[in-house]
Amino acid sequence: MIRRYFLPRPLHPYVWWLWAIGLAVMASGTTNPLLLAGIIAVVCLVTVSRCGDNPWAKGFKLYLILGAFIVLLRVAFRIVFGGGDGPTVLLHLPTVPLPSWVAGIRLLGPVSLESLLYGLYDGLRLATMIICLGAANSLVNPKRLLAALPAAMYELGTILVVSFSVFPQLGESLVRVMRVRRLRGGQTTPKSRRRRLGVVETIIVPVLSDALDRSIALAASMEVRGYGRGGQASGAERAASTLLGMGGIIVLSVWSYFLLAQPGIGPHLGRVNVLEVGLLIMGVAGIVVAMGIIGRHVQRTRYRRDRWRLPETVVLVCGLLPAYLVHLVANGPDPSVLDPSIPQHQWPVVTGPLALALLIGALPAFLTPPPVLSTSTNNEEGLS
Amino acid sequence: MIRFEDVTLRYPSSDLLRLDSATFEIEEGELCLVIGPTGSGKSTLLGCVNNLVPRFTGGTRTGRITIDGVETTTLPTRELATTVGYVGQDPLAGFVTDIVEEELAYSMEQLGVDEAEMRRRVEETLDLLGIAELRRRPLRTLSGGQQQRVAIGSVIASAPKVLVLDEPTSALDPIAAEEVLALISRLVRDLGTTVLLAEHRMERVIEFADSMLLVEPDATVHHGPVRQILRQAPIKPPLVELGVRQGWEPLPLTIREGRRLAAPQRRDWTQSPPPLPPAPTAGDPVLEATGIVVEYPGVVAVRDVDLTLHRGEVTALMGRNGCGKSSLMWAIQGAGTKSAGRVVSDRRISLVPQTASDLLYLTSVEAECRAGDAAADLAPGTTAALLRSLVPTIDMASHPRDLSEGQKIAVVLAVELVGNPDVVLLDEPTRGLDYQAKATLARIIDDMAQAGRAVLVATHDVEMAATTCHRVVVMAEGEVVSDGPARDVLASSQLLATQVSKVTSPVPLLTVEEFCNAARG
Repeated sequence: MIRRYFLPRPLHPYVWWLWAIGLAVMASGTTNPLLLAGIIAVVCLVTVSRCGDNPWAKGFKLYLILGAFIVLLRVAFRIVFGGGDGPTVLLHLPTVPLPSWVAGIRLLGPVSLESLLYGLYDGLRLATMIICLGAANSLVNPKRLLAALPAAMYELGTILVVSFSVFPQLGESLVRVMRVRRLRGGQTTPKSRRRRLGVVETIIVPVLSDALDRSIALAASMEVRGYGRGGQASGAERAASTLLGMGGIIVLSVWSYFLLAQPGIGPHLGRVNVLEVGLLIMGVAGIVVAMGIIGRHVQRTRYRRDRWRLPETVVLVCGLLPAYLVHLVANGPDPSVLDPSIPQHQWPVVTGPLALALLIGALPAFLTPPPVLSTSTNNEEGLS
Repeated sequence: MIRFEDVTLRYPSSDLLRLDSATFEIEEGELCLVIGPTGSGKSTLLGCVNNLVPRFTGGTRTGRITIDGVETTTLPTRELATTVGYVGQDPLAGFVTDIVEEELAYSMEQLGVDEAEMRRRVEETLDLLGIAELRRRPLRTLSGGQQQRVAIGSVIASAPKVLVLDEPTSALDPIAAEEVLALISRLVRDLGTTVLLAEHRMERVIEFADSMLLVEPDATVHHGPVRQILRQAPIKPPLVELGVRQGWEPLPLTIREGRRLAAPQRRDWTQSPPPLPPAPTAGDPVLEATGIVVEYPGVVAVRDVDLTLHRGEVTALMGRNGCGKSSLMWAIQGAGTKSAGRVVSDRRISLVPQTASDLLYLTSVEAECRAGDAAADLAPGTTAALLRSLVPTIDMASHPRDLSEGQKIAVVLAVELVGNPDVVLLDEPTRGLDYQAKATLARIIDDMAQAGRAVLVATHDVEMAATTCHRVVVMAEGEVVSDGPARDVLASSQLLATQVSKVTSPVPLLTVEEFCNAARG
């Protein structure tokens, strides 16, 4: 049983996203730097242990760098522009005098500890959320995610597949063209005007025409291999699905307006708000029917369909439970642990429930089947 | 199986007919080789089979096409996916997914094949192509030959009745090409699929071909038995050319047949060796590279290489893909990275890179020529004149991207040569060129050598090396393995021997010309 559970296989692509969103929601509800650092650590642990050796997994490092950059930028902004200043001044920088019409903006001047901490906490929160999403991106092949889309979203998925394939190639073309450009620039006598003119001509034009050629080649290849076969909806069906889909989206926007701007308006039936629930059901139903009409024509099957099994549920719980725990703490007796007060110089602490939340978030690193490595020749994959 | 009736095609951009009332019929299980000069419309013809032309390319097509008794003239390409499998030139450009297994399954997913069936067919295809160990590998990490095998696999996995292959080896080095062609011939024998194959390395496949389609430059199409079509074809592999010139009957298609037919000559020559053309004497050294090392993270591309180039000498640089040929050239030119070593030359060095079209970014050939004049501070029209002397037929108003591969190289060469460089480095200029275009290129290279330039050509093409190069340098793993006169290196090697030298071995004759001269006595 346990052996079967831990057979290497990739998890359902949605589940990592749900887990990561759960952790991102948890991060969004706190400015406690210790807790945020904990979340980053948990995310790193799970990503490193479960991302396998796939090429898209290499992007995680970039997300970490981006996170660090955001934190630095936030703190640097506080130094330059100030804001949230407190009494504890660490450093006296000369204020740059600005004309009167830019009142409210300050350049340099005294740098207070409070201001820096605000920048740090805030930046750290944003960085954590971005790293969470980066982790999802590294754990799941974006193309697999697209492949798991419902049939009706197929066309959208295709557009994304083409762009996903073309982007890395764009990078390759750029490297090649730059190299060749150096060749031509290096040996002709310098013609500065031409060279300045040349950036657009010599780099952008070849790279873009290359990308265009490749996109067309890819589209032709998909066509040749039967993409979109027999999937032509009739004009009436298209019109009906567009109408229903658009109608559903409009109803949903009205619903969100009522929910956000004027909650509680409309008749109640017991504890249920009839107007809100009614609009929600109408909107979703419209979209579902629209997708059904379009999706009816798409007859395709999936190779190694992603299945939802026990490990998927475990990961989902490990993603949602921490967010729920943080929610409980926020509504509990001592919500200030989530937002340690800066003016009072409250030292951030991680209490028992928060530590538990982190622990649960980290469990997927141990409780999921390991990923399949691309070099392994193991023919068996899970139970499929 | 495939029947074309009076198919005529014209692209919207020009009045020229690309196919002129093509009428032929290909039987079931036949391997039909499609030949013709570059730009003659081979790809157009192949695209017509699954209606990729004109549906994807534009143009007007008339006539009727029937496949397996079903008229397919107006069917969309995707509806033909179960009938016609199509493999293009660049496998990487056609990959939709990024893992081998998923790529094999993609076609079947689109066709709605049942999941268990799909699983079984993917396993079978993996074994059939001998790529089972690559199943989970990302496609980008595969070698060119492996990629093309996956591309073929992804098509045959859905078991089409007809397989159309448009120059599947043109982007591959000879070893990878061999791999792919061996696979194709095995598929033809084992599966009995009807195959239409355009291939410029035709000497590798003619022995398996049942028939040939010749697309003439004037857009007419001839279909017939291999030997008959070969006789009238403007382009032939050297062995066939030799057979025609020597009047051998039947025309030899394989080295084995050639050797049998050449037995009398060989016997004569072993007793009295034929006079060989003298090896050209090299001029003064114009470039001396010593101790060149090129390192990339994790790889040593060039390992301590010394190379001297002489005035008026054409040197071939050979070796498998990734052996450091390009890196060495770039390092010598100076634009590439070089970790160690010295290049001593006070001369101008020009390098024509592998993807020559990257150097062309203006909107017309004429503009490129003017830019060439301006860059070299020459009177307007010099480059254009040079270009015309290289390829007289070129249309100066056309967009460089619309030119054929051979013409693109000619334009780049003209722009580079107008600066009067003393050393010219050509990185795989023969890629995608047919025999005729290669002959033009050979003439251009010859002229450059006559003018006293030192030329270094990286190439996989032994015939090209034999006809144009005086000296051959073979690299492997970043090191120079052998370096010597072309005749010594090429005739003594197993892999690098030309077709003629394989026929005459042990007599070291390299080209058809040499054989005919020697036979005349």
